[in-house]
Amino acid sequence: MKTAAFKIWRGDASGGAFQDFQVDVKPGYVVLDAVRKIQADEAHDMAVRWNCKAGRCGSCSAEVNGMPRLMCMTKLHDLPEDQPITVEPLKAFPIVRDLVTDVSWNYEVKKRIKPFKPRAPDHEDGTWEMHQEDVDRVMEFRKCIECFLCQDVCHVLRDHHKHEDFIGPRFFVYAAALEMHPLDEEDRRDDLRQEHGIGYCNITKCCTKVCPEGITITDNAIIPLKERVVDRAYDPLAKLVQLVRGK
Amino acid sequence: MASAPTALPVRRSFGETMRRDAWWLQPAVVFLGLSAFIVYSTWAAFQGEHYTFGNYLSPFYSPELFGDSGHALLGPKPSWWFSWLPWSPAFLILWAPGGFRLTCYYYRGAYYKAFWADPPSCAVGEPRKSYLGERHFPLILQNVHRFFLYFALIFLLILSYDVWRALWFVDPNTGEEVLGLGVGTLVLAMNVVLLGSYTLGCHSLRHLVGGRLNQLSRKPVQKSAYSCVTCLNKRHMMFAWMSLFWVGFSDVYVRLVSMGVWTDWRLF
Repeated sequence: MKTAAFKIWRGDASGGAFQDFQVDVKPGYVVLDAVRKIQADEAHDMAVRWNCKAGRCGSCSAEVNGMPRLMCMTKLHDLPEDQPITVEPLKAFPIVRDLVTDVSWNYEVKKRIKPFKPRAPDHEDGTWEMHQEDVDRVMEFRKCIECFLCQDVCHVLRDHHKHEDFIGPRFFVYAAALEMHPLDEEDRRDDLRQEHGIGYCNITKCCTKVCPEGITITDNAIIPLKERVVDRAYDPLAKLVQLVRGK
Repeated sequence: MASAPTALPVRRSFGETMRRDAWWLQPAVVFLGLSAFIVYSTWAAFQGEHYTFGNYLSPFYSPELFGDSGHALLGPKPSWWFSWLPWSPAFLILWAPGGFRLTCYYYRGAYYKAFWADPPSCAVGEPRKSYLGERHFPLILQNVHRFFLYFALIFLLILSYDVWRALWFVDPNTGEEVLGLGVGTLVLAMNVVLLGSYTLGCHSLRHLVGGRLNQLSRKPVQKSAYSCVTCLNKRHMMFAWMSLFWVGFSDVYVRLVSMGVWTDWRLF
């Protein structure tokens, strides 16, 4: 049995510091296994949020060696062994205690995105026709588990604290899933440009890099939405074409 | 908009991070790569000579609108050009491919990190507290990318025509043009292939050919175009760098052959 060194941030909104731990680890251990063992053996009052331990619930988000990750999906053997493994809470949200942050801001943001608005049914029995290939494009966005790692790594929220003006990558993915849905006829472009602040995104692709579900957030959600906003607000030719077509 | 949460963690200072990997390596490579290209292309544009060799024309100078070579479309240097301004045929055209790359979604993300440290890398502290993003002047102008795309597509056709011209060599005995293939022809052809792979994988093009539609299945032609652009778009970064290197190399090739430093070997 090997021993691994950990530095885990302990504290609350008023301040805190890293605390050192040594823990016996078994082959196949993930960071969450080690953190729970520390909690069980040494630090019974350490606050840590987790649930499924299978990368499906998005609860155990934290920063491991400085990068936002799910603790339950981060294997110890993938991390360098020569230095202690650091575990910190997310940086884009207020700290509750130790590794737990208050992510409720995200749920308030979600309420402000215009909901799904289907077009009139295609048939008299109230049903619609949809082609699988049209649905496939938005299915990628439905994989999101709302771990908020993308929100955490986004420098607009993390470093510039633009929470009032910017909804973050998670909700651009959510908006893209609605906006590109083959049945939806709501127009969210003005909201995206103004209230949701899509112009703050400067395409660092960090959100894509940390997504545990492998959603291509920047290329498939944010940039296509930016292009739709260009259609709406910055492209006189597109407006002219719309005018000619009478749309 | 939802109000900002209170008591957010304190901002980290410039370069501060708990990351253990070489996070600085990628922005450093981007900085050096783009800087080298900018310095070389600026120098090459100011030269105004050694940009043609027979039927070859450097892509930095194509299309040659005004100039002294046989490739000039509209005659020699225009008389209205201010005498105090330096002159080079490249000045009239380089703004278009330059603007296309400057406003490209891939390059934007890359040079914001490498040249402006905004952020230096993912989860690494930044040097500035204020942030305007692409929501305000001047970066709101990045939204003109699709207009540069239109020019880039025209340039792609022009560079393809240059490859066609690079297939026709003057026979020194008869003075007539004969079909041939030189190493320079292959260099210019590869340039078009790589620029095409980069330009046709553009995010704006992806949107214009079909991405703007929610029911692509109803438009089979646009659906096929969208699939093709998407395929190239997945490798947009790779083609951005390969095409950048090769367009510079194409100019180097024509320049050195024109100066007599390199010999252009004829394959037939």
